[in-house]
Amino acid sequence: MKLYLGIDLGSTTSKAVIIDEHEHIIGRGITNTRSDYRVAADIARMEAEFNSRFTMLHRKLKSETNGEIDWTEFFSHLQDRFHFLQFRERFYKLVDAIKSTLSSVENIDHRTRMQPIIDNMPDRILSVIRDRFFSGEVSNTSDFFRDLFSSAYMNEIEGKDKGVYDQLVAIYDRAINPIENENIKFDFGQLLTEALVMMPDNFKLNHQLVKSHLEVVAKESLEPTDYVGTGYGRQLLPFEEKHIKSEILCHAMGAHAYFPNTRTVLDIGGQDTKAIQVDKHGFVTSFQMNDRCAAGCGRYLGYIADEMSISVSELGPLAMNAEYEANICSTCTVFAGAELREYLNLGEKKENILAGLHLAIVQRAFALLARSGGVFNEFTFTGGVARNTAVVKYVKQLVIQNYGEMNINCHVDSIFMGALGGALFSARRK
Amino acid sequence: MDVQKENSMLKQKQMLAGHFMDLATAKESGKKVVYTFVPGNLSELIYTFDMLPVYPEINSLQSGMRKKSGDYIRDAEDMGYSEDVCSYVKCDIGMMLQGNIGPTGQKLPDPDLLLLSYTGCFVFMKWFENLKQLYPNSEVAMLHIPYQEAGVIEPSAVQYIKDQLEKEVIPKMEKVSGKKFDVKKLQKKLELSGQAEDLLIDVFDSARHRPSPIDAYFGGVYYIGPIFTAFRGSEDCVEYYQELKKEVDYRVKHKLGPVTPEGVMKEEKARLVVEGPPNWTHFRNFWKIFYDLGSVFVGSTYTRVGGVYDDGFRHSPIDPLGNLAKYCLGCYTNRNIPQRIDLLESFITKYHADGLLVNSIKSCNSFSAGQLVMMRELEQKLGIPVGFIETDLVDPRYYSYSNIKNRLDSFFQMLEQRQSVKVSDEILSDDVLA
Repeated sequence: MKLYLGIDLGSTTSKAVIIDEHEHIIGRGITNTRSDYRVAADIARMEAEFNSRFTMLHRKLKSETNGEIDWTEFFSHLQDRFHFLQFRERFYKLVDAIKSTLSSVENIDHRTRMQPIIDNMPDRILSVIRDRFFSGEVSNTSDFFRDLFSSAYMNEIEGKDKGVYDQLVAIYDRAINPIENENIKFDFGQLLTEALVMMPDNFKLNHQLVKSHLEVVAKESLEPTDYVGTGYGRQLLPFEEKHIKSEILCHAMGAHAYFPNTRTVLDIGGQDTKAIQVDKHGFVTSFQMNDRCAAGCGRYLGYIADEMSISVSELGPLAMNAEYEANICSTCTVFAGAELREYLNLGEKKENILAGLHLAIVQRAFALLARSGGVFNEFTFTGGVARNTAVVKYVKQLVIQNYGEMNINCHVDSIFMGALGGALFSARRK
Repeated sequence: MDVQKENSMLKQKQMLAGHFMDLATAKESGKKVVYTFVPGNLSELIYTFDMLPVYPEINSLQSGMRKKSGDYIRDAEDMGYSEDVCSYVKCDIGMMLQGNIGPTGQKLPDPDLLLLSYTGCFVFMKWFENLKQLYPNSEVAMLHIPYQEAGVIEPSAVQYIKDQLEKEVIPKMEKVSGKKFDVKKLQKKLELSGQAEDLLIDVFDSARHRPSPIDAYFGGVYYIGPIFTAFRGSEDCVEYYQELKKEVDYRVKHKLGPVTPEGVMKEEKARLVVEGPPNWTHFRNFWKIFYDLGSVFVGSTYTRVGGVYDDGFRHSPIDPLGNLAKYCLGCYTNRNIPQRIDLLESFITKYHADGLLVNSIKSCNSFSAGQLVMMRELEQKLGIPVGFIETDLVDPRYYSYSNIKNRLDSFFQMLEQRQSVKVSDEILSDDVLA
């Protein structure tokens, strides 16, 4: 089987997509590692390879059982457990790092007070997070290791001992970075075998069938025939020039592959917004990008989430519960933070403030769309921010308001469009 | 690395050195000095009175290239000029505040006359108001050039300018220089200007060839040096363009590409037309992005900023004041948007360009206003890829290499894609024909 790899090194997350010779996606991988683009590329690729092996396994079982068994639910549970085991490995490393950081605290009184909190924390956090994985909750969010751990950790230390609260946060801050950025080598076969043991009882009958294919799938070569790197970090990849492609072209190509009638693409990523016009081939005819200022991009949402002490994935759902949009005049990230605090002080509901912030982002993106020539049918929204339900709501609203009724596309794979475009470029290269 | 020097470049350098020496010794030699602007400049008239021109915006761009503009702009901002004011103005004011030392290291003389002819750029008026404050003893002459709103040169506009020349500008020049206006002297200079302009257009039109022997943007800014600054109307100017044309003809004959700072461009991969001035603070760095990838500019509107000769206008001794009026009215930034689109379209078709790039200048409203409309109209009309970047004239804070490179990478890849589609479409039509 010929495989093609696309890697999109974004400013916030790195994505990898593997497609087969029929240009079907067989694997997707994503990481928020940012310390080193090479590490990020390796982790994203490894995740995409694991995901590809799941796809291959799924295909084999489906074919062997002549389509009589619906394996979808089985694989959903299996992958949740597989990802939990990956999480657990990194979790243990982080706990060790936190303990080691704690031991270096010089103030004996503080250290003594923090010790029992840290000692009791691992089992409780792991149990909470395991439940979140096993219930399928994690796979429905875009939470990464850091998000999962930090929210559970903050809950754990909240209200325990106010005198050492700040230090407990500082210990976590110091420990998380190296652990989060470590490229842990996992063994697919070993993790999968362990995940099978954790499967709910009603799926245990299928274990033997899975195991009979596991060895072949785990060892199958996933070496790509060709590959393309794109995104902000693309020049840092150890790739030859011919394997590097602009993210503008890749996003357009990815969006066009899913929605071939697309003529306008809006991509909101971590630090830039792109308004792209494409032709019938999926080729870019013109584009506009934000210049000099990244307000209104994904990082803006990250900043707002930090200001409100919630995770990024909670922003959209909260904003969807607003009664109206508070008027956020500023499009500067820092000033928006000031406006946010001002509204909170005045007693405004956070849902309404968040709705205003989401609307402000989309209005900014629409100014860029206008600069690029407007919106033409069909319109496709891509990028990590397209995962945010409130942003999607306002994008749809403003497209219709400004440009009339038309097909508006927003795919569940929107964050992978750049990587998919890269993989497609490599597959179509002559 | 030094730019590979050709004879024409050496001649231009010599001419400039001579001019700045004349300026440095103007007070001793008794020559009067006129500060004026490049677009629609009246060099022939100034020299008719044996006065010497100084162009503040040329000083600013020179300061930008010599990496001095950042300090000058800071000084002007310290004085209270806003961040949004034209960076040419701030650079010029800053340079004057620091002693008015010109590009050759010699002090520029104070102006005896501030000749404000403003074509398309209304900042010029405020600029000279400020210069008048710096040089309260200088005379001021104003020449208002009406914008070509209807896209044609109206006879009434020509008469309006002639009247100003006769009643305002020439009497002021007579007063400052102490000399009577000699129309025959002016006519002789206008004739020489026309000869130089014919040669310049031949040079620009050489971009029809593949490979193009010239880069009409980065090389072009050197080619327009003599004609848009201190030398139009002189024998030296004609000789410069004769030399330049000889060099260009040689490159055409031997199928050589343009000369870049790293030698003759080896392979021409993409032919571009550009709208907007270049960035001066990182001129070499900016140029390198293009020649490294084999991209050559075959047409540029910036090289028409001092005057447009593509539609047949030439300086001429017939009706000399009317001729000067038409020259001023025809300047690029004095044209309306549809005229600018037409000019760009003619460059794209005449010189077989693969794409259009807009370099939008933060500081320059007269160039930047309307560029998005122009770009979209040309994209839709001609079906060519268009690219858009933003830099500044001489404010180094607005040149972000990584942002520009990132956008240009995408633009170059768009061109490649389009060329591959063009090839497959051509193959397809060949098949159909077969």
